[in-house]
Amino acid sequence: MLSILRTIWYVFLHSFQKRITVQYPEQKPYLAPRYRGRIILSRDPDGGERCVACNLCAVACPVGCIALQATEDKNGRRYPEFFRINFSRCIFCGYCEEACPTYAIQLTPDFEIGEFHRKNLVYEKEDLLINGPGKHPGYNFWQIAGVKIGGKDKGEAAHEAAPVDVHTLLP
Amino acid sequence: MATVYVDNKACEMNPEENLLHGCLSHGFKLPYFCWHPALGSVGACRQCAVKQFKDDKDSQGKIVMSCMTPAAEGTRISIADPEVVAFRAGIIEGLMLNHPHDCPVCDEGGECHLQDMTVMTGHDYRRYEFEKRTFRNQDLGPLVNHEMNRCIQCYRCVRYYRDYAGGRDLNAFASRDQVFFGRSEDGVLENEFSGNLVEICPTGVFTDKTLKHHYARKWDQQFAPSVCVHCALGCNTDAGERYGSLRRIVNRYNHEINGYFLCDRGRFGYEFVNSEARLRQSVLKDRPTSAAAARQYLDQTVANGRVIGIGSPRASLESNFALRTLVGPDHFYSGIADHEAKLVGLMLEILRRGPMRTPTLRDIEESDVVLILGEDLTNVAPRMALSVRQSVRQQPMEAVKKLKVPLWLDHGVRDAMQDARGPLYIATPYRTRLDEVATATFRAAPDDLARFGFAIAHALDSSAPISHETSQDWLMAAAIARALKAAKKPLVISGTSCASEAVIQAAANVAMAANTALSFTAPECNTIGAALMGGNSLSAAFQAVKDGEADTVIILENDLYRRAPQAEVDSMLKAATHVIALDHLPNPTTEKAELLLPAGTFAESDGTFISSEGRVQRFLQVSAPQNEVMASWRWLKPDHWQSLDDVLRAMAKALPELDAACDAAPSSKFRIAGAKIPRSPLRESGRTAALVNINISEPKTPDDPDSALSFSMEGTPDQPPAALIPFFWSPNWNSIQAVNTYQKEVGGPLRGGDAGVRLFEPAPRNGQAYFSAIPRAFSPRQGAWLLVPMYHIFGSDELSLAAPGIRELATKPHVAVNSDEFAEGAEVEVNCAAGTFRLPVMIHREMPVGVAALSVGLSPLVGIQWPTWGKIARAK
Repeated sequence: MLSILRTIWYVFLHSFQKRITVQYPEQKPYLAPRYRGRIILSRDPDGGERCVACNLCAVACPVGCIALQATEDKNGRRYPEFFRINFSRCIFCGYCEEACPTYAIQLTPDFEIGEFHRKNLVYEKEDLLINGPGKHPGYNFWQIAGVKIGGKDKGEAAHEAAPVDVHTLLP
Repeated sequence: MATVYVDNKACEMNPEENLLHGCLSHGFKLPYFCWHPALGSVGACRQCAVKQFKDDKDSQGKIVMSCMTPAAEGTRISIADPEVVAFRAGIIEGLMLNHPHDCPVCDEGGECHLQDMTVMTGHDYRRYEFEKRTFRNQDLGPLVNHEMNRCIQCYRCVRYYRDYAGGRDLNAFASRDQVFFGRSEDGVLENEFSGNLVEICPTGVFTDKTLKHHYARKWDQQFAPSVCVHCALGCNTDAGERYGSLRRIVNRYNHEINGYFLCDRGRFGYEFVNSEARLRQSVLKDRPTSAAAARQYLDQTVANGRVIGIGSPRASLESNFALRTLVGPDHFYSGIADHEAKLVGLMLEILRRGPMRTPTLRDIEESDVVLILGEDLTNVAPRMALSVRQSVRQQPMEAVKKLKVPLWLDHGVRDAMQDARGPLYIATPYRTRLDEVATATFRAAPDDLARFGFAIAHALDSSAPISHETSQDWLMAAAIARALKAAKKPLVISGTSCASEAVIQAAANVAMAANTALSFTAPECNTIGAALMGGNSLSAAFQAVKDGEADTVIILENDLYRRAPQAEVDSMLKAATHVIALDHLPNPTTEKAELLLPAGTFAESDGTFISSEGRVQRFLQVSAPQNEVMASWRWLKPDHWQSLDDVLRAMAKALPELDAACDAAPSSKFRIAGAKIPRSPLRESGRTAALVNINISEPKTPDDPDSALSFSMEGTPDQPPAALIPFFWSPNWNSIQAVNTYQKEVGGPLRGGDAGVRLFEPAPRNGQAYFSAIPRAFSPRQGAWLLVPMYHIFGSDELSLAAPGIRELATKPHVAVNSDEFAEGAEVEVNCAAGTFRLPVMIHREMPVGVAALSVGLSPLVGIQWPTWGKIARAK
């Protein structure tokens, strides 16, 4: 009897304490920029696709939910022919982002991707590509890599000397 | 064996080898670049440094290069000594100074020896902040891609290309830290073995250009052990697939056959599998139909008609046997052209009778005197030409051994050898690529080549027959006979390319008289198998249809227009009521078929081939096709055959000579600790995303009832038997160099023995008689030319011609003659029994007068019965 009364008393006291329940969806919680939510593909500062289809995200993915196929434009710039993430399998671990050598794949603070049909959780490249560089504004992989692409010849990347003249024997 | 102490652990090493070889054979993780088991040591990269101690009291030691130090008895070394670890880390940091930040976009990434070695050495942070050296790349043709920035100057490429493969157009240019490996100008790499640069290069300077067009990482490809279908040598390959298309061919090491190297046709010819033109659905009376309906129509037609089956030398034993069973042995016709069937039959008779041993490619490499009678090896059996090129080093090597130069010390051996070459004699109607390393060449018409062979045999053994007409080539024949007699491991090579039985008989006489090995080339991947399967001749099949004995013809993976003159094939196909064809690609024969069944290529089916050596080898399906394509034997098999094992069992029962096919690879019941062998590497990615665009529920992995391999990355982590190795990988060794860990001793046989079962072992010598049908000397005819076939590595093979890279390099069909009548390149009309062809003429000054060579297998030069006589006239 006494214990019941004590419980009622505590419940009564609780009604005066500060509420910690957030009134979602009316009230949005704060999500840090590094929150691991919906995955996007970003673009270079110059607007080109950042993903070079190296397959490292796919191989890092513990559930194997990323599939892509590499292809090349006529100037030698590599990009994914298709890039597919099956979000119905994704566990939002962020390994893909960690593995990405070009900062192309990034996790964003958006988790509102619930669907009634699993097949709607399959995102293709058009669904993933955003229009900006995301969390890494300045980085451009092609300025660091040694391969020649349209608009960047040999020797024009960062820290590159002009191409060697193979006909000279001068020391 | 010598005892070598590695970090105080006693190891038994081969004293004839160097320490690096010994350490790798014992599984020590010692990084290296410039050394290669097939190329020897040069000590250029300094990466394989170890510390050597005088004795067990020595604590100071000195740093030596393990690849340059013999594994002598009592040597004490340390791999783990901190000073030498730091030395190796310094070396790789130096090598990596200029290496570009390319790995994400580099085709070598994930199977890169440089990546492996960098990780092994622990170099994980680049301190160098200054400018990197850059180079301009060259266009090296449709097969090999060039990206020179990535080079670490190990020199393996030029050592392989120039010293091993005999190429001339790749070299090192410029000086100091600017050394450039390439051609003097852009252009297609001339050597027929240039594709091996892809595997020889420890990093991504030379990569597979055909793979680049549909790139997939090694870890993402599904592999299966395969056998090359582009010639009869049976080189072992691994084929890699991704998303349902075949991505590339890599070398599957077989110590007895291809070793570390493939030819370009074998490596890049695979693309026909992905051809747009591929037959992927059954077609009944020009309308696509379902597999079930096609099968029903097939059964109905077979039940109602008088059926004959025509087999194929490019289809597996199983497929040929399934057809033979379906139509009955009496109605089974061999798909080999008549003239060729006669030659192959003769070759088989000689091999069965003995006493000559048919050599493996490794035996050929180790032969010290070689006589080639009538074969242009580079174009007919390319990988064999590479082996013959090594054989000329054998005799000079004896002198090197006397100087006590270790044989693995590449520069030392080359300095001691200088330009010395062992005896290689080539007798052919026209020049060959191997002439440049030959001691002497002999050019003559096929009949004269045969007479030359008979003369050599007679010089060796006076009881061998010889023609009594005198011959001016007698001196040369005697010289060759002397060389063969003095040889330790002599070899005679001949085959079908002269289309002359006399040449084959002459080669057999020489081999018998000199007691040498005897190697025959054959035109297609399963010519020997199809010939062993037997069956009536092709012309008998035509006759049977013409006589009305048969009204239904089933043609198995065979374009008959390549086997017989057009008119004959036309009239046969017209006379038949029902024509049923199975094939991979459309061709003139399939166009005439009423029912067309899509047959699986080597990548989509399992089967067995018999190589020209007489080696029975299994190839396994790479992926389970998502369409109606299946192995021909599956289309044709009776219902009670469930799996490949059933076909093999039935075949062994019906044709006891072929029961070795059962042992070519372990059966489908084979397991390692209860597990199947995975086709995919452990890290295969995208399993839950690859097919979800079609159906969100992931499909079950397909079963494989035919082999011990699974379509999955799950399975045994242990090394499978050689015939079932889908890819080479072991922890820390992601590149193809992982093959080191699969061998008993580096560069030696695979653990558990190499793949394949040999069919012909030499019978003892017990009075086998010499052939005595010596042809009359060739005399040119007025106004007529003897037409002989001329093979081309790129062009003469039917299937690889459908691969874009090979097609681009294919030789244009032409006629080669020695005549003043025509100007080089002029159009001529060649008129022979098979038809009239308009072709450009090439002047070959070395050819015998009165003989003309025609590009064989290139449209329109197909269906010719060799040899034949024809007229050549200026085109009007």
